[in-house]
Amino acid sequence: MQKQAIFRSKLLPYALVAPQLAIVLIFFYWPALQAVIQSFLLQDAFGLSTSFVWFDNYVELFRDPAYFETIVRTFFFSFAIAASSLSVALLLAVMADKPLRGGAVYRTLLIWPYAVAPPVVGVLWVFMLHPSLGVLTRYLRAAGIEWNPLLDGGQAATLVIIAAAWKQISYNFLFFLAGLAAIPKSVLEAAAIDGARPMRRFWTVTFPLLSPTIFFLLVINIVYAFFDTFGIIDTMTRGGPGKSTETLVYKVYNDGLIGGNLGSSAAQSVILMIMVIVLTGIQFRFVERKVTY
Amino acid sequence: MVEQEGFRRYVAHIILWIGIAIVAFPVYVAFVASTQDNALIANGQMSLLPGGHFFEVYYQTIFVGTSGSTREPVANMMLNSLIMALLIAVGKIAISIISAYGIVYFRFPFRMPIFWLIFITLMLPVEVRIYPTYKIVADLHLLDSYAGLALPLIASATATLLFRQFFMTVPDELLEASRIDGAGPLRFFWDTLLPLSRTNMAALFVILFILGWNQYLWPLLITTRDDMQTIQIGIRKMMTTNDALTEWPIVMATAVLAMLPPVFVVVVMQKLFVRGLVETEK
Repeated sequence: MQKQAIFRSKLLPYALVAPQLAIVLIFFYWPALQAVIQSFLLQDAFGLSTSFVWFDNYVELFRDPAYFETIVRTFFFSFAIAASSLSVALLLAVMADKPLRGGAVYRTLLIWPYAVAPPVVGVLWVFMLHPSLGVLTRYLRAAGIEWNPLLDGGQAATLVIIAAAWKQISYNFLFFLAGLAAIPKSVLEAAAIDGARPMRRFWTVTFPLLSPTIFFLLVINIVYAFFDTFGIIDTMTRGGPGKSTETLVYKVYNDGLIGGNLGSSAAQSVILMIMVIVLTGIQFRFVERKVTY
Repeated sequence: MVEQEGFRRYVAHIILWIGIAIVAFPVYVAFVASTQDNALIANGQMSLLPGGHFFEVYYQTIFVGTSGSTREPVANMMLNSLIMALLIAVGKIAISIISAYGIVYFRFPFRMPIFWLIFITLMLPVEVRIYPTYKIVADLHLLDSYAGLALPLIASATATLLFRQFFMTVPDELLEASRIDGAGPLRFFWDTLLPLSRTNMAALFVILFILGWNQYLWPLLITTRDDMQTIQIGIRKMMTTNDALTEWPIVMATAVLAMLPPVFVVVVMQKLFVRGLVETEK
């Protein structure tokens, strides 16, 4: 893709791209490169001596069963968050897509959680489900559930997943609405004339036509669960109890800042970068394919 | 559709209201808690109806702060968040639009490598390069400064790609016409391209403002002074590790206040926001 009509100027284009290039080089490439270099180094806790250790940091990570647990946990969180928020959002979007009175009002009332910051989401949910003073805890007690996410790792994980999925509903809802609006009504009408009932129409026509949107959202939700849940986890559980809510990003933060293990933290960052690049690649392949179809 | 009678619509209304109740309930609880007495909440006796301490709690939250963990008034934190969000939004739009202009409207050596250098930064969040970035910002003496808060978050390509996409759709005739009028590249940019991009810029501004306002990990690392704290960090510090000391009404009032600007922006600018969102992501 190139423009036919262009300007001729030797220096001006460089001046135009210079500010962005400078910021990207200083605050993106340089630290990314540092992370890669650091991941090959071993530094003592006081930063006094450093030695080049090749892939030792990586080897140590992959030998560490705790790291594998963190990977598995992160993926489990991601899929639990994506699956729950996607299904709720899809249900709401299908309902809001109908020609209802007050449709615009529904839309407005459903999209604003997008704007709520992750730590705020964390605070809201931690308060509602606080073991001693939460308003929802009373009902759980009444139902015979001994609720204490400060002690029970499974419950802490549930809490994080609920909060993270809650925030993401609005985002998924918006994209599902856009996806539903793009489905030609004539196809659905044809199916209706053929005698397909609404449920059947949804599963045989709408759902397949929506699958690109679903796939796109799945990738976005996984990236969200990887990174944007940091604020939620940090305000709710700080990774605990034990390590039951420590995700990959939280571990980078924990090992680097609190543990002072910069080499391992850097190696973890590099692994995360590779994961994100792969996810982005998948997404671009898919977006490209959608354009050609 | 053919058999969509009253009953199905009725069900749709009910499901949508349940959805709204689910998304609104936590915020309602936060608001209610922010109007009640701390001792009552600490005893687990919080009522689900607003209490009578609204003015008292909000006055203390905004102008005084908590008595324990952070004495910083929330008004100051909100100002810091506002400055950070504006710097990120305006800064990113400014550098992105001119670099997209350079890449689309000029042919010059290294054009494609430069484009790729910018393009690759897409989607790699600051979280994964957090410590090295911290070190660089520290070496540049930018800790506890607004520049340090904003610059590393400006370093990504989404906005550049959006403007590039948009410029590609601008008809070539416009450039020919303004060239006939004797306009140079800067005049064309200022008089023609910038006005055309106004809605794109506005949509992007909404998204970036929210993104900036909601930042957490980065300000958590680089702000050490209380007076540089953003509101998201303030909230965390208010939740003291010793549960009994947490002043819940103030924490909840802060949460409500932290939500107001971005939610207001989303609701008021809904059309622009939706447009910007769908365009930046796809």
